[in-house]
Amino acid sequence: MKALRNKLDQLRKPFEKGQKLEKFAPAFSAFDTFLFVPNHTTKKGAHIRDAVDLKRTMVTVIIALLPALLYGIYNTGYQYYIQTGSPFTFIDAFIHGAWKVVPMIVVSYVVGLSIEFGFAVYRGHEVNEGYLVTGLLIPMIMPIDIPLWMVGISTAFAVLIAKEAFGGTGMNILNPALTARAFAFFAYPTYMSGNKVWVSEASSVDGISGETILGNLAAGNQVNYSFMDMFQGAIPGSIAETSALWVAVGALILILTGIGSWRIMVGGILGAAIMGFLFNLWGANALMSFSWINHLVVGGFAFGIVFMATDPVTAAQTNKGKWIYGILVGIFCIMIRVFNPAYPEGVMLAILLMNVFAPTIDHYVVNGNIKKRQKRWATAQNLKTA
Amino acid sequence: MELIKAIQTRRGAQLKLKGAAEKALSTAPPSSTFALHPDDFFGLTPKLSVKEGDKVKKGSPIFFDKKNPDIIVVSPVAGVVDQIQRGAKRKIEAIIIKASSKQEAIKLKIDGKKGDADHIKYLLKQGGMWPFIQQRPYGIVANPSDTPKAIFVSTYATAPLAIDYDFTLQHDQEDFQKGIEVLNHLVETPVYLGVSKSSPGFFEQIQHVNHYSISGPHPAGNVSFHIQEICPINAGERVWTVNPEDVVNIGRFFNSGEFSGQRTIAVCGNGIRQPKYFVTSLGVELAPLLENVGKAHDNVRIVNGDVLTGNRVSANGYLGYFNTVVTAIPEGNHFRMFGWLPFKDNGVLSLSNTSFSRLFGSKGFDVDTNLNGEERALVVTGEMEKVFPFDIFPMQLLKACLVEDIEKMEALGIYEVVPEDFGLIDYANTSKLEAQDIIRKGIELMIKEVG
Repeated sequence: MKALRNKLDQLRKPFEKGQKLEKFAPAFSAFDTFLFVPNHTTKKGAHIRDAVDLKRTMVTVIIALLPALLYGIYNTGYQYYIQTGSPFTFIDAFIHGAWKVVPMIVVSYVVGLSIEFGFAVYRGHEVNEGYLVTGLLIPMIMPIDIPLWMVGISTAFAVLIAKEAFGGTGMNILNPALTARAFAFFAYPTYMSGNKVWVSEASSVDGISGETILGNLAAGNQVNYSFMDMFQGAIPGSIAETSALWVAVGALILILTGIGSWRIMVGGILGAAIMGFLFNLWGANALMSFSWINHLVVGGFAFGIVFMATDPVTAAQTNKGKWIYGILVGIFCIMIRVFNPAYPEGVMLAILLMNVFAPTIDHYVVNGNIKKRQKRWATAQNLKTA
Repeated sequence: MELIKAIQTRRGAQLKLKGAAEKALSTAPPSSTFALHPDDFFGLTPKLSVKEGDKVKKGSPIFFDKKNPDIIVVSPVAGVVDQIQRGAKRKIEAIIIKASSKQEAIKLKIDGKKGDADHIKYLLKQGGMWPFIQQRPYGIVANPSDTPKAIFVSTYATAPLAIDYDFTLQHDQEDFQKGIEVLNHLVETPVYLGVSKSSPGFFEQIQHVNHYSISGPHPAGNVSFHIQEICPINAGERVWTVNPEDVVNIGRFFNSGEFSGQRTIAVCGNGIRQPKYFVTSLGVELAPLLENVGKAHDNVRIVNGDVLTGNRVSANGYLGYFNTVVTAIPEGNHFRMFGWLPFKDNGVLSLSNTSFSRLFGSKGFDVDTNLNGEERALVVTGEMEKVFPFDIFPMQLLKACLVEDIEKMEALGIYEVVPEDFGLIDYANTSKLEAQDIIRKGIELMIKEVG
């Protein structure tokens, strides 16, 4: 360990101030601080600091994502093998899934991190860890058969337009991972919907097809899955969104560690449940009469509300605002699903829409505090003049 | 004791640190030199009344505020002005006074019958006692020509390793009562005296005050929070605050006519071998004290004040004007391999649930000055609110200060806070944002632009 540290200190030399590679210091630091928490001490303000930092926060989110990701990889293989009819084991399914999913993750990280490193060097700030999560989220919410170059282009679009154009980490309005998906969705619609993209190899092998449950409902078809299937996630869909069970495990990790906002998650589930219930009462089409409890476990709702809506940068930032934001995400998600058969997956659009309105929600919440203060001042003034 | 209000909060955090001082008052080793630092008085521009080599008595004026010559800071000891230390642009950093063996003091004649506010103020100013009275907003020395809306004294201290006033002032109850009577002449409503809900100590026997109780974790002991709960400050209003020991000092001054600058301090922290309480005076040398308690090793940082809000000081430095603790903690200039990995380092104090540190360390934590990460963009939300009991949006106020939007700062409550209220936010926030520094600059801007 000591030897590694000495080696790093030696390697760092050309990156130090006044040296040849000074400009690339952020890139070097990113690697160095990945191995060691630096020896920086407090300079002003409080002399002691909490052990938590952004790196640890982001790594915790990644840990929370792992159950859903691993299940998603398995499900990719599972959906493929039950369609081909050949016998398979758990390992076979997992290997098939990994063979398809890992390249997508690699593409997303390579493209996204290259841009992040470039901007860090260009702007002279440290590389922020936010992309570690974004880069994993992007492949997780894509259909399995999307070509790798589309993943790359969507990632580049999301990082450049949704994030860096707004000033980088902490400044963006829209969730970058969802922006990547929305970009792919509108730029390459044939690769993002229909019955040929959700199951591995469906695009190339004729015998294989599979539509998502919401897609089937929107098209007016019958759905032959039970609630347990949907909850467990052995259904076609974007890679890691299908299993409400494993998403719930991730949610638990996020809530127990305090990293994800439970207010947004609970608010979202409440909003969606109430909206779903109201549509059940109305029941004018297949999607409307789809039971509200099923609405909570199919499609990307669970994944979206747990991992995407809770992105602290793009969500509402005040505690009261988080409730309102979460509830509205839930309501709009079900509303878009039901009213717009072209977009059966409502949660993506619902979250992006609420991302845009989150600052407005916060504005009104904060204004409440300001108004209270101004009212108090006004009363004090009246007392004095009276 | 009749309470006018019981303040309760759950927002905040009590940091459990090792190295609390043993509860026994020791006599401090004698100090051969004393120092006054104009920087201890936020917003004050010093103008010297002495030069190097001048003889001074205890109570002789040393410097005064250029903007308000009524605010006079006096010598805590008789002796000779040994040195005037200046920094960049000839800024006065410290005035060092060498104590003489013969202690003489300036003695004012106090007429006990005269009780009008103007006369009391005159005496406090002449006796050099005025700087003990602080003003909110801004946390600066009060302006003697103001009449405050209220005076607050809080005896509930919650900062890490803070002293227990009931213990440190146990022999000073009479002087405390006298000090309260004096302060009562300066306001219409009697002094608001905050006591701990669970252990109010002798403060519940103090007469002629409005008692209120407080319970909850740090920063519940911060007087800004009490003011906001009981008598919030509106634009243009003034509230004064006095530290408990300075109430004692004021009382003693009115009994004897001599300047009193008693400080009962704890020298503590996990960088100290034998943490102790000392009865001493403001401005004393730290070296003899540190020698008495023993530093754990050489790579230790000495802090004038508590670890959240104090100022770094060298081992040959001096006790600050208002500090009641001197904390020493090891420097954290070391690397931690994979230290960012959740649940890896559970021995590092943390409020976050990304380690199991909550389950450990019931005996307290050894802390050091490592930043535990690097500065990053503001990403995580809601964590500041958890440690901030005020009815203020902390992150929004910090952002308003960063962009110097005065109107917004005013609307979001800059008048109701001082930097120390953000100490725990400094500590807790994931992005390693320097919240106290931002608020301090914000307040400087307000003083300049609004006054």
